[in-house]
Amino acid sequence: MNEPTVQRWPIRCTVNGSVQHLLVEPRRTALDVLRDELGLTGAHAGCEHGVCGACTILFDGEPVRACLLFGVQLDGAAVTTVEGLAAADGTLHPLQESFSAHHGLQCGFCTPGMLLSALDLLAHNPTPTEAEVREGLGGNLCRCTGYQQLVDAVLDAARGGTYDCT
Amino acid sequence: MKPAPFHYERPTTVAEAVAALAGGDGEREVKLLAGGQSLVPLLALRLARPATLVDLNRVEELRGIEVSGDHVRIGALTRHEVLHTDATVRSRLPLLATAAGHIGHRAIRTRGTIGGSLAHADPAAELPTGCLALGAELEIAGPAGRRTIPVGMLFDGPLSTTLPADELIVAVRVPVDMGRRPFGFAELTRRAGDFALVVASVTIAVDADGGCRAATVAVGGVGGSARLIGPAARALIGTRLADGAVDAAVAEVDRAIRPFDDLHASAEYRRAMAALMVRRAIGAARGAR
Repeated sequence: MNEPTVQRWPIRCTVNGSVQHLLVEPRRTALDVLRDELGLTGAHAGCEHGVCGACTILFDGEPVRACLLFGVQLDGAAVTTVEGLAAADGTLHPLQESFSAHHGLQCGFCTPGMLLSALDLLAHNPTPTEAEVREGLGGNLCRCTGYQQLVDAVLDAARGGTYDCT
Repeated sequence: MKPAPFHYERPTTVAEAVAALAGGDGEREVKLLAGGQSLVPLLALRLARPATLVDLNRVEELRGIEVSGDHVRIGALTRHEVLHTDATVRSRLPLLATAAGHIGHRAIRTRGTIGGSLAHADPAAELPTGCLALGAELEIAGPAGRRTIPVGMLFDGPLSTTLPADELIVAVRVPVDMGRRPFGFAELTRRAGDFALVVASVTIAVDADGGCRAATVAVGGVGGSARLIGPAARALIGTRLADGAVDAAVAEVDRAIRPFDDLHASAEYRRAMAALMVRRAIGAARGAR
């Protein structure tokens, strides 16, 4: 029996500022493409059905679940993953510094998604209340249940600067 | 947790999308991909294994929100986050803007679409009750051309619609005068962002002398489909919306619904909460007069 021909779709996208040309199988999620084709393993494969938020990326400046987007849908888009937050010389993003200072991570699995959700929150609401921070991080699960430190980290980061998602 | 292989198509017009749908049959299912927030989990779990996926995200005609004559026309590909924040929707259809804000989380709302939510026909979703209460109509495209149906004719049980497999929702049209009505929206969720256990949307129209001249009551999560409860609306019409009239409307909801037991709540609990959510939604509408 012959194997059916696997369809491959050419895409061009910008990931963390660098232009990428890829040929992707349509059933591969954006998460798989970022992790396996581009080696960007920061976005984590947690539940892989849109529940946990560990794969959150910024897609044309807006937070999305990378496991619910197909790689072919990255065509023409600009994507930011957690790898795009720190400066080229490795200097951490202020939000990352705040996570570190407040122990806003334990095992680290949820951290990439938390950071991007927090960045999106602060870009749209520079002075959130604690309740708004909890709402803003509500789509991201932390199984270490370290939510209080995460909330503290985001509130402190909000006091320390201004943020944008571009 | 990886979708089975499928053939991918990316039309740029409604006509191309309809043509792509026509390629399916009982053996080769063709599914439409809009926001993907319900479909992609089904693909990942392999509960759905379509032969072809038709990605609607490049179909420009499915976008946009415009006021046109006596209705607001919302493109089927309008994202929940846009519905929640768009100035026209917030001012003209505040019930829909409110309902959209209760959907999932921002990373869900930035992708999920109104057409996708309606076509998915989850009985506990937010937008179906909102669209029902607002008397929305759907513009449908298929091989025989365009037609318009009331949204109430769409739902046909859990995750089922009356649309043939070769048709798609192009736009949702909501009458401007319905959007102007005082409204109430209430839902019960375990956590913010969860699907509702019970959801209710209510509109009322009140005369200058305080009499209720028209009303709609829609509930979800208490049966196979979100639906309008006509007798509940009629219990409000012609009254001055005093507590007794609200009690009568709630009693009609209780009579009309057939809630089910599931993992999340017993039928009995859903029944009690349906009464409470409808009461809250009517109360909010009454307070907004």
